[in-house]
This record gives sequence, structure tokens and C-alpha cells, in this order.
Amino acid sequence: MTTVSITVNGKVRTAEVEPRMLLVHFLREHLNLTGTHVGCDTSQCGACTVMIDGRSAKSCTIFAVQTDGSEVMTIEGLATGDQLHPLQTGFWEEHGLQCGYCTPGMILSAVNLLKDNPAPTEQEIRDGIDGNLCRCTGYQHIVNAIQHAVEHTENR
Amino acid sequence: MAASPVIPKLVGQRVKRREDPRLIQGLGTYVDDVKLVGLLHLAFKRTDLAHARILSIDSSAAEALDGVEAVFTGAQIAEFLEPMPIGTPFPSPPHRAVASDVVRYVGEPVAVVVAKDRYVARDAADLIVVDYEPLPAVVDPEEAMTGKPAVLHEDFENNLAVPLVPGGTGVSKGKVDDTAIDNAFTEAEVVISQRMVSQRLAPTSIEPRGVVAHYEPGKSTMTIWSSTQNPHTLRSFIATLTGLGQDQVRAIAPEVGGGFGSKINIYGEEYVAAAVSKRLGIPVKWIEDRSEAFVATIHGRDLIAYVELAAKRDGTVLGMKMRLIADIGAYNMLLTAVIPTLTMKMASATYAIPAIRVRLTEVFTNKTPTDAYRGAGRPEAIYFVERAMDILARELQMDPAELRRKNFIQPSQFPYKTQMRAIYDSGDYEKVLDQALQTANWEQLKRDRDVARSEGRLVGLGLSMYVELCGAGPSSGMSTGGWEYAHVTVERDGRVSVMTGVSPHGQGNETTFAQMMADQFGVPLEHVTVHHGDTAVVKQGIGTFGSRSQAVGGAALHLAGAKVKTKMAKFASALLEAHEEDLVFEGGQIFVKGAPASAKSFAEVAAYTYRPIRLPEGLEPGLSDEAFFEPSNNTYPFGCHIAMVEVDRETGEPTLVKMVAVDDAGNLINPLIVEGQIHGGLVQGIGQAMIEEVAYDEDGQPLTGSFMDYAIPRASDFPRFELESSVTPTPVNPLGAKGVGEAGTIGSTPCIVSAVVDALSEFGVTHIDMMLRPEKLWRIIQRGQA
Repeated sequence: MTTVSITVNGKVRTAEVEPRMLLVHFLREHLNLTGTHVGCDTSQCGACTVMIDGRSAKSCTIFAVQTDGSEVMTIEGLATGDQLHPLQTGFWEEHGLQCGYCTPGMILSAVNLLKDNPAPTEQEIRDGIDGNLCRCTGYQHIVNAIQHAVEHTENR
Repeated sequence: MAASPVIPKLVGQRVKRREDPRLIQGLGTYVDDVKLVGLLHLAFKRTDLAHARILSIDSSAAEALDGVEAVFTGAQIAEFLEPMPIGTPFPSPPHRAVASDVVRYVGEPVAVVVAKDRYVARDAADLIVVDYEPLPAVVDPEEAMTGKPAVLHEDFENNLAVPLVPGGTGVSKGKVDDTAIDNAFTEAEVVISQRMVSQRLAPTSIEPRGVVAHYEPGKSTMTIWSSTQNPHTLRSFIATLTGLGQDQVRAIAPEVGGGFGSKINIYGEEYVAAAVSKRLGIPVKWIEDRSEAFVATIHGRDLIAYVELAAKRDGTVLGMKMRLIADIGAYNMLLTAVIPTLTMKMASATYAIPAIRVRLTEVFTNKTPTDAYRGAGRPEAIYFVERAMDILARELQMDPAELRRKNFIQPSQFPYKTQMRAIYDSGDYEKVLDQALQTANWEQLKRDRDVARSEGRLVGLGLSMYVELCGAGPSSGMSTGGWEYAHVTVERDGRVSVMTGVSPHGQGNETTFAQMMADQFGVPLEHVTVHHGDTAVVKQGIGTFGSRSQAVGGAALHLAGAKVKTKMAKFASALLEAHEEDLVFEGGQIFVKGAPASAKSFAEVAAYTYRPIRLPEGLEPGLSDEAFFEPSNNTYPFGCHIAMVEVDRETGEPTLVKMVAVDDAGNLINPLIVEGQIHGGLVQGIGQAMIEEVAYDEDGQPLTGSFMDYAIPRASDFPRFELESSVTPTPVNPLGAKGVGEAGTIGSTPCIVSAVVDALSEFGVTHIDMMLRPEKLWRIIQRGQA
């Protein structure tokens, strides 16, 4: 067992974990942050996407011990109090989700995309979320949702 | 029909979803999020051989591992779990949740481990040693029909699961009269024939399957959470197989991360979880890995068709023959055998074909069983017929739109009974064709294509019509019953609780059903809560599949709401001293028509019914009632899809340039949600045409075992879709709604293939089997240029 200390959604979390424990299982099993989902075993689907030190990463292919000392943000940490993040609002307004399983990862990938490129074209949005699979929406409403967030983000 | 019609207020509006706030914040509870004190985890040991006899299993190392509670082999499981039930009338070989003697597809379970966490459970499963005697793998369904190289199941000679089902013109009570179909082909001026394949697909909901089973010995009750589309069926089947009554089992479909038909089945893992929990008296959880899902969750499609069309030179279709061979994999699951019969039933498509002969054979092979995948039988039918029509149009050098127009069932002919005995409820096929041609600007597209070709580019157009069978019911055709159930309560505070027997997993019924109730009672949307997916809360139900939620579940809700409203009006009429029929429910109030000053608030009337100081004669207190809706027929939505595709001459890579979809699903409750359903369907249909295929090698080894080998569509694969809708209500239910969940998947696939064939027509091709991978197209280009 190894001790890790990870700042998750602003709080320092210290725990004893097996070295092989995946970050996603640490978040889900130890911290009860079940908004981060597992959709595949191979880093293809992106349902497990979280932010590690400000960059999106797939938490199913990184060990918890590798993030010792890092700052991790999950979907549960995205809103500010009752104030939804513009991307969350965009997904709601534009029907950017159906079953909702890919949604947390999709939103966090979009956070990363807009951080790098605050005013993406439609093609840049589509390319930017290519690492996240959605089987329900056909992506068009997800694109609309991200565009909605772009239009409703101040100081862009 | 006693119910009043739905008055459009919120119904018909683009209301944003009420499910979303929890889902966009990571607050939904999916099955893997369910945690119980003392919960143990299951892992299955699965065979990596496609066909083999189990000689011995050594689980001693697994049992010795720290943290392992128990290991059960198939033979041990068989001591306390009966073979799995199926839901079709065809004879079926026994199918055990965990194999005990012969394994018949890669991924079939042979043992299960119970351990303290999922890591240890997996470690232990890896420590189980199985000694097999390999048997020849049956992979090619047409070879399998000769009994070679092996027979999977005793009593099923030549691997024939369903030896031969004839259907169509002249088939009656088992007798087949071929006179009409033979005449059609004798009179024909043109005959085209083509072998086609609707290839095997993996449904791949992004949430894999999972189950938590909790048997409480002190109470003799079982609670089972499962990622399922139909918790009530789950309850029934789990009760039967665990020796409990349905009153002792509570099934819960928590948040479900997509299904697409694959979660209709009650799977072996669910039975095993329940049986093991009961045996050990502890709660257990099993969560499927993606690599497991590719072999352990049902596949879809996998149908070969030999299609022949007989026609006159002017394009009039005189007859059609269709020989169908379904590769159903190793076992019958819940609906396996019945899915290809839906292909038969829809073989007339949108056309008034006077003579049709379909012959269906279903074959066992050493592959994962097939069952319902989005569209389930109807995409195959439409693909075969639409591709055949396209080949005929090319043969006759007719515009594909005009050939179709010439053969449509006409609006005046509805209800129309096809030669396949489907009774189409309503339709106007020419209307959606014209709407699609206009939206896509078909004539201009043809000119654009021709200009592109003159520049040496490979550009093609595809067009397809579709009609499908929705609103799964009536009860005569479904072993579970084909009705749906709803319960409506106006609470003491005037808020409305709805319980529905459908079990949404992305369809948004918490929103659409609230829209309906808000309108029916004249209350704000926010005052309605829709409950679903828990058999302890919703007394009865069938579930969500076959595009039935609105057409059957919505209809039941409408009827239940009408009952409660009628009773509430009786109370209100006593309070207001007015006739019931003069009352208006509007804006959270009930008042006498033309006299809004008379109003009582909705909440005040509701409260009165629960404390009726003077109970009106003949009434019981309270406002709570239920309805079962049994549809008289299926509904038959339809539409027209048009695509433009460009193929890269150097690489063979196809790119979808334009996609137009005009869909008619009858009356729409929420056009925003309908659009989402169509978008998702289009992508799955296009995915089949272009990039999806479950592949096996000659030993029955799956070659597509992860998302690294099995492609599902990504955002960058698509242009923006152009959608239009047409509205032809159905007379089958009081809402006039037909259902829309599968439409996009059905129309888009042939449309894409036809567009690619058109793009490569200069090389002399008239048909290309899916999937249309660049390498396949590149070879056609290379051969054609040589």
C-alpha cells in the first residue's frame, strides 16, 4: 500500500491505496465521486475524463499514485456553488445529452478545448471532442452545447 | 375512446430536459454507483475458445486467494440455477448462465468468483485453470447449414435454429402457393438479383451492463439493480429462476447509460448475481468491462439476403423474392429468434408490391448470440429493399426518386395490409419524398455531383425511403404482453406524481410525460414528477424498447391522467356548484368556463379531495388512478433520407458531405428530444454503413474486442445534419404519436451505401457490401482503373 495525497475539487485527500489502483477507482470508490464514469478499458471512450493540474486526462489509464501531489477536478467540482459552468448550462440548454453517461467526460474535454481555444470553429469543436465517444446524441447537439457555452462565456 | 384529445400547450414545444441538472453535475446514480454494506464483487471466468468441451476446472488457487469468498463453476451453479428462459415461440436448446459441459462462443462464462473487490475478483478469475477439448468452430452460417464443420446443439440438425419460415403472398396455415410470385417473375421485363449482408454489429452503449443483487434472508426478499431497459420483465424472470414470487422481488433500473436494445435481455450475469446473493445471503455486484461487453452482450443484425426484384421497364415492381439467412450465434436469447421475423414482416417497405415471397432460416454458429439492436429487424428489411430498388433504378436508368414514387403505397390505401401481413396505420410517402428532394435540393445536388465528376472527383448521391414498425405491442405478439401502464396521483398539495411502466435511459420521458401532465391538468411543468424504473414504485410495466415509450407508455399515461382529471372535476363541480363539463383546468386553477373569478386553486381542490368534509355522492376520497393501454396495432413511422458522399480517389476514404432526413413520426411531444433521437439514430445507421463490423476469424476468435478494433462514430466523422419533419398522426393511440427512437438508424444505412455505389459507378459496381472501409473502396477504384 502507498500513501497518496491528492487535492480533489479543492480538498486535500490522503489515503492508503494499492499501487495498481486506477485514479478513476480512487475517485469513485474511496471518495464516492461517482460522476466520473468508466466506459472502456482502453482510453478510447473518454467517459472517465477528469482535469489533472488543469489539463484533461483519462482517469482510467492513470494510477492514483501517479497523481500524488496533483490537483484533480471532477465533474462534481465544475460548478461554482449553485452556479453551473457555462458548459453545463450549454449542455442543458441545447439537449447535449441523452443517457448522460458520457456527459461528465465530454463536458470536461470541452473545458479543456475552450481553455486552449476560446472561440473554436465547428470543425475545431468536433476535432476537440474526438477522444470522447457518445452513442446517443449523434454529436450535433453536443456541438451546439459547446457553441452555446462559447457564446455565453464572458471575457472570452 | 373516452379520453379527451391532448391540447397543445407545452406539448409540441422544445422544452429542455428535466433529467439534465443531475446528469451534467455527475449526480446521477448508475448501477456501478450503488453501494451496500457488505457488498462483494463478481468476476466471470470466460472461455477463450469458440467451441470446446470442458474436461476439468481447477479453481483451488482462486479459492485460496486472500479476499475470495467463493468460486462456483458452471456445474456448481447448475445445482441452484435453472437454464435461462427465452421469450420466443421457437424451439430452443437449453442455455445455462454458466456453461458446464460445452462452451459455444468466446466469452461464454465457465465459472464465477465472489471476492471483496473487483481487483481481487479479477485476479482470482485469472487463477482458474480450465482444461478443454477443442471442437471445430462453426463460423460461416451458410456452411453451418450443411452441418459442417460441427453441430452446436443436439436436436438441432445442420445447426438450424429455425429451419425455414415462409412468408408473403400465398402463404396460409403452413401451405405455400407460389403461383402469384412465379407469375410476377414470368411477366417481368427486368429482373435484378443481389446477395447482400447486413453485418454483425455491437450495440456498445457507453455504460456497459451491470447488476447489484441483494437477497435479504430475514425477509426472503430480493432487490436487484440492473442496467436494464425493462425492470418489470427482469423482476418476473429473476423471480422465476430464483424460486421466489414476483411479490418478493424488487427490480430497479437506476440511471441507465444507454441500451439500444442490448439491455432488453435478461442476461446470465443477472441470474447468477441473484442466485449467488440468495445462496450466500450477501449483496453482490458485477460490472461489465468493455472487453467483456464485446463478447458477452448480444450483437445485432447479421443477416444475409438474396434479393430478386421483378419489374416492368417503366419501373413498376411486380414481385420480390427474399431468401434470408440469419446467423444468430450460439444460443437463443430473449428475442433472438423473433428479430429476423421482423425483417420478413417489413419486407414490403413503402411499396405496394403485389407479390412477395420471403423464406427465412436461422442458423447457430460459434459466436455471441444476436438479439435486438436499434431497429431490430427493420433496418435489415429496409436496407435490402432499398438497395434492391437502387440497383433496379440503375438497371432501368431511372432517377431513384422516380422509381420509388412509381411504386409507393398511396395515402388513400391506408390502413394498408402488405403481402407480409403488416397493417400500416397511416402514411404519405410521396409527401416526405418531395419534402426531402426539396430540402436537399435534389436537382441541384445532381448537377453538383456531375460537375464534381467532370473534375475527376468521386461524388455520389443516395436516397432511401423507410417505413418501420414501432409502438411494440399488442399483447398477441409479445410474450411479456404488449400493453403499457401508468399511474397518476394528484397529491394533497396539488402537485402531480406520475409512475410509468416504461423505463427511459436517455429518451427523456421525465420531460415529455411531465409536459403531457402539465397540459392535461393545467399546472406548471415544475409541479409534475415522473417516477420510473422501480417495480416497488411502479406497480406494472413492460419497458422501453421498440420505439414504444410515447406511442404505448404515453398513451397509458394520457388515459390515467384523464381518469384522475375526471374525478377531480367531480369534486370541483361540487365545490364550485357547476357542471363538470363547464370546468376549465388552466394556470393552476379550476374555474367555470367564462367565469375565471369563480376559480378555486388546483391545490385547494386537491386538498379537499383528501379531506372531503362533504364527500360528493358516489366518490371515494383522493385523486389517484392507473391505466393500462393495449394498442390495437403497431404504428408505422416513415421518412426519406438523402446523402451525398465523396470518395477519395487516392485513398478510398469516403466522406459524408451532406445528410438530409425527413421523418414522419406522427404527432411530436417535444421536437428538441425528437431531433436528438434522430441525430443519434442517423449516426448509428451511418456507422453501420461506414465503419462498424463485428469480425471473427476462421476459428471463431473475435477480432473486434475493444474500441481499438471496433470503430464507433466520432464527432469529426459527420457534417451537420439537415432535419425536417412531416406529421401524419396515427389512429392507433389517442396521442397520434408513432415513435421515433429507431427511425434514423433505419433510413440512413442504405442511403449511404447507395451514395458510395453511385460515387464509384464509373468503375462498374452496382453493389458494395458494408462496411465501406477505405481499403475495400480503394480496391474497387484500383481494379476499375486498371
